[in-house]
Amino acid sequence: QVSSALKEGRVTPTELCQRCLALIKSTRFLNAYITVAEETALKQAEESEKRYKRGQPLGVLDGIPIAVKDNFNTAGIETTCASNMLKGYISPYNATVVQKLLDQGAVLLGKTNLDEFAMGSGSTDGVFGPVRNPWSYSRQYKEKSVPKSHSEDEESNWVITGGSSGGSAAAVSSFTCFAALGSDTGGSTRNPAAHCGVVGLKPTYGLISRHGLIPLVNSMDVPGILTRCVDDAAVVLGSLAGHDPKDSTTIQDNFKPFELPSLPDVSKLSIGIPKEYHAPGLSSEILALWSKAADLFKNAGAKVIEVSLPHTRYSIVCYHVLCTAEVASNMARFDGLEYGHRSDMNKSTESMYAATRREGFNDVVRGRILSGNYFLLKQNYENYFIKAQKVRRLIANDFLKVFGSGVDTLLTPTTLSDAVPYREFIKEDNRTRSAQDDILTQAANMAGLPAINVPTALSERGLPVGLQFIGRSFQEKQLLTVAKWFEKQVKFPMIQLEEVKRHNHDVFQHQKSASFS
Amino acid sequence: AAWGCGGVWCRAWQRGAGGPSPFLRGQRAAASSARGGAVPVGKSGLAPWVPVVGLEIHAQISSNSKLFSGSQVQFAAPPNSLVSFFDASLPGTLPVLNRRCVEAAVMTGLALNCSINKKSLFDRKHYFYADLPAGYQITQQRVPIAVNGSLSYSLCIDNKMSQMVTKTVRIKQIQLEQDSGKSLHDDRRSQTLVDLNRAGVGLMEVVMEPDLCCGEEAAAAVRELQLILQTLGSSQAVMAEGQLRVDANVSVHHPGEPYGVRTEVKNINSIRFLAKAVDYEIQRQIEELENGGTILNETRAFDSKLGCTVPMRDKEGKQDYRFMPEPNLPPLILYDAKSLPANMNHQQVVNIDWIHERLPDLPSVKRAKLVEQYGILPEHSFALLNEDGLTEFFENVVKQTQMKPKKVIGWILNVLLSYLKQHSLTVKESPVSSFMMADLLNLLEKKEISSTAAKQVLAELWKGEGKSPLEIVKEKKLELIQDQKELERICQAVIDGQENE
Repeated sequence: QVSSALKEGRVTPTELCQRCLALIKSTRFLNAYITVAEETALKQAEESEKRYKRGQPLGVLDGIPIAVKDNFNTAGIETTCASNMLKGYISPYNATVVQKLLDQGAVLLGKTNLDEFAMGSGSTDGVFGPVRNPWSYSRQYKEKSVPKSHSEDEESNWVITGGSSGGSAAAVSSFTCFAALGSDTGGSTRNPAAHCGVVGLKPTYGLISRHGLIPLVNSMDVPGILTRCVDDAAVVLGSLAGHDPKDSTTIQDNFKPFELPSLPDVSKLSIGIPKEYHAPGLSSEILALWSKAADLFKNAGAKVIEVSLPHTRYSIVCYHVLCTAEVASNMARFDGLEYGHRSDMNKSTESMYAATRREGFNDVVRGRILSGNYFLLKQNYENYFIKAQKVRRLIANDFLKVFGSGVDTLLTPTTLSDAVPYREFIKEDNRTRSAQDDILTQAANMAGLPAINVPTALSERGLPVGLQFIGRSFQEKQLLTVAKWFEKQVKFPMIQLEEVKRHNHDVFQHQKSASFS
Repeated sequence: AAWGCGGVWCRAWQRGAGGPSPFLRGQRAAASSARGGAVPVGKSGLAPWVPVVGLEIHAQISSNSKLFSGSQVQFAAPPNSLVSFFDASLPGTLPVLNRRCVEAAVMTGLALNCSINKKSLFDRKHYFYADLPAGYQITQQRVPIAVNGSLSYSLCIDNKMSQMVTKTVRIKQIQLEQDSGKSLHDDRRSQTLVDLNRAGVGLMEVVMEPDLCCGEEAAAAVRELQLILQTLGSSQAVMAEGQLRVDANVSVHHPGEPYGVRTEVKNINSIRFLAKAVDYEIQRQIEELENGGTILNETRAFDSKLGCTVPMRDKEGKQDYRFMPEPNLPPLILYDAKSLPANMNHQQVVNIDWIHERLPDLPSVKRAKLVEQYGILPEHSFALLNEDGLTEFFENVVKQTQMKPKKVIGWILNVLLSYLKQHSLTVKESPVSSFMMADLLNLLEKKEISSTAAKQVLAELWKGEGKSPLEIVKEKKLELIQDQKELERICQAVIDGQENE
């Protein structure tokens, strides 16, 4: 809708950009952005405006303000991965997905905050501090929260965004941009999407180029898309998907961007409910929502059946072996020689490496490097890495079997509960939290399948809860169609934020959910 | 002396320059071992030794761009001027396989009689070093592109170059991998300078089975490999420019006993030094063991000035390279005529059969053809191919002269070649062209000058003053006198002269 507003001249790209920049400033306490590229964004908005005046916009995304997670390379704009290792690092090139968005005329507002090197499920472990969930400051949450004691104010009650793409999710959720890029390796786009009440899409592995995305696990990473509605996700997907010669893991097939039907129909579909996703620790609230959702589909005429993915419970352990192994390998390049942080220690090359890496990486990163190297040792390789790869194939086969038996889409919860307060979250370490929080999202990365979080309802505490759909490889159209139908049914409420009201976004005021398509 | 250690006769091991005590002096080699390899003897009365030599050869692929990135491949460019983002390991960059490098490896594999693996894989080999920006090298450890081949080479078995014997060394595998950058240690300022121009250049690592037994064999095998690579064009294989690097694994054992501990010898910069290094190391190990010592499984560097091997300080302790599959490169799939899908674009794939059909004549084939076509000896054909451009020179001369090739070859190999060697010139730099040579030989063939005179003319031609052979002959009055009467008159004058004394 904002796109048509731009076309019709009801609002100009520069105005839009300025409003978003102002909103970013007034929501700074969320700590969603690491870098705000004010100058370049305004320039891009100006260029876009010229194009609209000529009646020649580049496409639907022309002039649309977007944000990008800070583990994507952006030429001329700092890329830090929320790590000391890359503080001040200015990349000379744009990631393919960033370039594609810029080529479409999108306006890049800035780089969003994350867990250091995307390792974490809270967006709390980066060097620039944790990201705060905008819903912490929503009327919905404040109304429901009962302060435990006088001394406690809303300051200490704020909840996490989830992670690791928390900054991107918060940015979209607080209306500072219309879409954001995240990354998803074990759930890093879907998890924060669920906690922040936005749509989080993890595309099929190989559909979107990873060139320029600083890797965590090369064999599982994908760029993720965060938007306020499913239609928008489809538009962004359309502009990003397709073969990239610079990324040999992208498929060669020609990708055809699609539009979703305005009145999606699910009556001919078969929805699978995997019983293993009724995981220990799943809140009764979410369980109930999941059940209600299944009923919704049933009532619409879809076939809803229980299915089994028996190897689900091994996926976390398997992920830890494969993830840490790849991390150990991918982080080997950070030696302080060519770029990034270099320690002052210069007694010898080795001591310089050691000091640089100790100073540059946080505990989480170092912990994973050590574990990964352990698993890759000659004496351990067979028992850990090879075994984990075999288990990975079993997990992928579980999905193949289920999809092969006629199921079109799977419906599962995205998270075990709604967002927890920060002070609760930090009581457990990163590794424990990741193991707990990734459990519902991780398997899709193992199998390379597309999956999407759709905001469903508010919890008793007034915080967002989402549900996840997992689809067949490269069947994003069907997946998003189901998601869109569901989105229309549940009519997830808009966040009521003081700051947003203050900025009088009349583009959003009269709509139930703001979108740009 | 150019003799080999294979065959019926084995020479005694001689002392190398600046080598250890002459414990072998005066000993005659015992009969050759069952394998036909050399069996050097130790001190009199002790059991003989069998040296085992295995070579690992890295050949830089001759291509415009690097193995996984688009930056150029060029020798001696300004430091860090040929480095792409990927070569510098900038975060987020990904490898993209260079088709030409794959073709070069397939050609080489076919020329070495290997089985080409239709599916091969890439792996990461991890270690920290200043010239390895990513902290790992992309190589092919699990399933390389080619396996189980063989290389035939020839040796002279006595110093007259009149008898050549053909030997074979088995090729274990050929793998594609990245070259590292170069690091220069500036000890005075306690710093290391790193040049990444070479980082990421494509290499073919050729791993040979330990079928060799001495420096001579190693040198001959590498020379033949070098010629093959240059003929194929898959590598320029110039050792001096680092395009061909040889590491030798050397061990010794008594016949019938298990293989001894091996050392790895590196830093060998020419084929001549290869032979020296291998022979030195064999000697060193024998002496060490006979004096009751042990051989350490270590890496040693060849010091060309001293002619010996020394332990390398850098490579201490055993490294665990933590091999892991390279996740950013799918398996490399090659096709042949049978397996090529009908609708596949020919430009998109590498077809083994297509490459096989277009292989040029290998050196061994070329030599055989020369022998057959010109009636020269096998040793001559070796000498012709051994010198860059000499075969063309020879063939051009033959084309332009009536002299029989069997006679021409003598002039080329014994006269021209020695001139070139004396003045350290390549055939291309020869001041005497094939045209001039042919002219000269024609004069000789027509008996207008003698053989001695021809050599004098050649000496003049060598000065490169632009005169033709005929001009020089006239100038120096070197013509053979055909007139009978004239000859008689001269002889008579000489006799008369003698009489007067």
